[in-house]
Amino acid sequence: MSTYRIQGATGDWEVVIGLEVHAQVTSNSKLFSSSATAFGAEPNSQVSLIDAAMPGMLPVPNRECIRQAVRTGMAIEAQINKWSRFDRKNYFYADLPQGYQISQLYHPLVGEGSLTIEADEKAGIPADKVIGIERIHVEQDAGKLMHDQHPTMSYVDLNRSGVALMEIVSRPDMTSPAEAGAYVAKLRQILRYVGSCDGNMDQGSMRCDVNVSVRKPGEPFGTRTETKNVNSVRFVMQTIEHEASRQVDVLESGGKIVQETRLFDPTTGSTRSMRSKEDAHDYRYFPDPDLLPLELDDAFLEACRASLPELPDAKRARYEGELGLSAYNAAVLTADVDTFAWFEALLAETASAQGKQPAEVAKQAANWLISEFFGALNKLGKSLEDSPISHEQAAELLALVGKGTISGSIAKQVLETMFETGDNAGVIVEREGLKQESDTGAIEAKVDEILAANADKVAQYREGKVALFGFFVGQTMKAMAGKGNPQVVNEILKAKLG
Amino acid sequence: MTELTELGVAQIRDGVAGGDFTAVEVAEAFNANVAAAQEALNAFIIATPEKAIEAAQATDAKRAKGEALGKMGGVPIGMKDLFATFDVQTTAASHMLEGFKPQYESTVSQKLWDAGAGMLGKLNLDQFAMGSSNETSYFGNVISPWKRNDGGNAALAPGGSSGGSSAALAARLCPAATGTDTGGSIRQPAAFTGTTGIKPTYGRCSRWGVVAFASSLDQAGPMARSVQDCAIMLEAMAGFDAKDSTSLDLPVPNWEAALSGDMKGKKVGIPKEYRVDGLDDDVAKSWDDGIAWLKDAGAEIVEISLPHTKYALPTYYIIAPAEASSNLARYDGVRYGLRDLPDGANLQDMYAATRAAGFGPEVKRRILIGTYVLSAGFYDAYYTQAQKVRALIAQDFAKAFEQCDVILAPTAPSAAFGLGENVDDPLKMYLNDVFAVPASLAGLPAMSVPAGLNREGLPLGLQVIGKAFDEQGVLNAGLALEQRAQFAAKPEKWW
Repeated sequence: MSTYRIQGATGDWEVVIGLEVHAQVTSNSKLFSSSATAFGAEPNSQVSLIDAAMPGMLPVPNRECIRQAVRTGMAIEAQINKWSRFDRKNYFYADLPQGYQISQLYHPLVGEGSLTIEADEKAGIPADKVIGIERIHVEQDAGKLMHDQHPTMSYVDLNRSGVALMEIVSRPDMTSPAEAGAYVAKLRQILRYVGSCDGNMDQGSMRCDVNVSVRKPGEPFGTRTETKNVNSVRFVMQTIEHEASRQVDVLESGGKIVQETRLFDPTTGSTRSMRSKEDAHDYRYFPDPDLLPLELDDAFLEACRASLPELPDAKRARYEGELGLSAYNAAVLTADVDTFAWFEALLAETASAQGKQPAEVAKQAANWLISEFFGALNKLGKSLEDSPISHEQAAELLALVGKGTISGSIAKQVLETMFETGDNAGVIVEREGLKQESDTGAIEAKVDEILAANADKVAQYREGKVALFGFFVGQTMKAMAGKGNPQVVNEILKAKLG
Repeated sequence: MTELTELGVAQIRDGVAGGDFTAVEVAEAFNANVAAAQEALNAFIIATPEKAIEAAQATDAKRAKGEALGKMGGVPIGMKDLFATFDVQTTAASHMLEGFKPQYESTVSQKLWDAGAGMLGKLNLDQFAMGSSNETSYFGNVISPWKRNDGGNAALAPGGSSGGSSAALAARLCPAATGTDTGGSIRQPAAFTGTTGIKPTYGRCSRWGVVAFASSLDQAGPMARSVQDCAIMLEAMAGFDAKDSTSLDLPVPNWEAALSGDMKGKKVGIPKEYRVDGLDDDVAKSWDDGIAWLKDAGAEIVEISLPHTKYALPTYYIIAPAEASSNLARYDGVRYGLRDLPDGANLQDMYAATRAAGFGPEVKRRILIGTYVLSAGFYDAYYTQAQKVRALIAQDFAKAFEQCDVILAPTAPSAAFGLGENVDDPLKMYLNDVFAVPASLAGLPAMSVPAGLNREGLPLGLQVIGKAFDEQGVLNAGLALEQRAQFAAKPEKWW
């Protein structure tokens, strides 16, 4: 249980949070038409007769959108309704050509499910927590009004009109901004794993309606407000913080919370009223008579299930168990699709380059990826997606380390050169003569030289000043231009120094 | 040789194919009739003589090359102005869509052109197909070519909403026309004008490109002057369309080839609930005639019960307006059609002004009714309840069809009424469709064939209702009636 409380003048208040997430379904065409869905296209270039609601046009459900919503439902272990239906939500607005949105009120495609947010002591989440998901339904997005194109008129861009959205409705199971943030992040992670939504919150592919109420511990739910279209995890958390304190202030000064729709202002981090329940639309929902009920057969469901990838929780457990990674590394590597995809490709190639099982090289690959490679990318301000080197190239570098051809510290230097030149590791090592010296004879000769030149220190060492060992290693490595195999150098030094 | 404009679909098709006359000759003859009658009858919103000629030339050219001419080869038709026709004004008889030229062609009209038909023009109708007399058209009333035999000169209604279609057929302005039927809009006008029309099973004809009135009821169908002509044209119009989710994915039977007026072994149901108190004597008599004719054709007559019939009309007037109120929301002045933007108007003002100016009173009435029955607090009492009753009505038919193959009933409770007689009494107007609406609610095929004239010299229609998908049974019973009714009356030309 979260310990998040708002400290009011009259005592502590609990916050109750429910989220409705609108996630744009990844598909080439819209929910009921064949128009393209690409982001950022020229206004009104992706509008069919159906999207513009020309007279006599009829919607035809896009199988792919339904498939993606079903797969998403399966990923949150939800009940999939084999019989569902589309309803019309009627209201007038210039971005809504039909005068109604086709949605699913009465019989949604996906029923009860859940996801688990992980414990995060620092964030105030003491233990893993299951958040209930009430339903996922499929609906059309609206178009977009543009108010900055003309001094007295607004323009309409219908590119988004009819694009498929999943509305994912949580239970009011969250009790702190951190939990809500973790929920959105986890949901986004699952959507991206499943491939049903790209999760690009800055492009509006994922938007949250945030329902917040406050109550004294043990009391029934308070009246909630709904803050619309919040488009980042941070803003979701800010919305809750602001809205909860505002509600406490209102209640403690003797006021009442009005059930209303509010807007979040990212510049001030605060929310403001948009419309109250009294001005709420009467949407006159009724079943869309242009569409038959959606009936899913077992073969379709089976195909949906079979197409599901390994999901975040399972992958993390496997990384820890099968691959023996630390909990931290497993969490980092499974956080996002791009990351695990890179890691798994690297792992496969590293294993084959070294002729080993993946589990034998997993730690090496994970450590290198997290501590070396991410750091190097960060320095360049790049992400995995635009990494200057491929995983094949990275695997070659790791294989050179694994086989003892170069040392870890030389590998850093090689990676830098790879980033600069794009050349393969082997080529660089060869060209710059960076091969590690593992020949005991050569190393012995160098060690003998160093010991002879530093007879005084040898004597001190032998008298018990063992801290000098590092000095001898350093001198030897320096003499070998860093290419001596550190393990062999150590062994020989130890033997010679007695 | 008979006048070309007296010929029907089959005769024109066969005559053109056989070289008795050219398609262009036929098109020219009908074009001339259309032009001559326009002022008096107002059956067309616009005439498209050039389209008719163009199609006819194509047919003649095909014939010259020895190519097959298609089911409707050389037949010019009238197109109800509810079907979107490419680059040709499509209005639904509304001010809202005046001047609207779709950049697409409805599936049904495209199929007809593909079958070799040509377009004489866009036929007048009740605005957005809402009406039973054609008096709600923004482009003026259609005047029936029929007159009462009382020596008076009262202008009569051609029925509605396909009133342009029925009037044009009766006046020989076209050999066939498209209609649409939501709650009787093909059958009642056919009955009023002594013509023939069939509403097929819901889903037989694609609704894609047809301006929507009530989606769960709207169904296109052919109107002509014989059962055979209806069968031919329905074959050309019907068929699965992936663009309409409610389209039936069934092959189109060869209805014309299987036509037979022999009713031996068939049972005809007579629904006792349709014999309402105060049923017009002439209508009752024509119904009895119909029963006798089908008996004569070999059928066995059985009494059946459709117990929920009395709820059909109220059910219809909840469901149809509910769907219409939503379907017509798209006419908002934003993207096409009429826009009324008063000075200083905001978005809401523009909606209000546009819709106030663009819709006629009957359309507004139905939008209001539909909005009301769907609104919070009333939805369950009206819409949900109506859907339940609709299911019971469908069940009535399903049970009845355990005892019979087709049902025979009057098409309308009266013959054509005078223009203006019912306009102030919407309920009386709605009663016109009391016999037509149940089959619409159940999605069943139903047709009207002329049975004879009443004592005023006006046509009466008989309605045959069939099982879902059994258009053949309906057409065959219709043919049996047609063969015995020997209806040859036509309005005396006064226009």
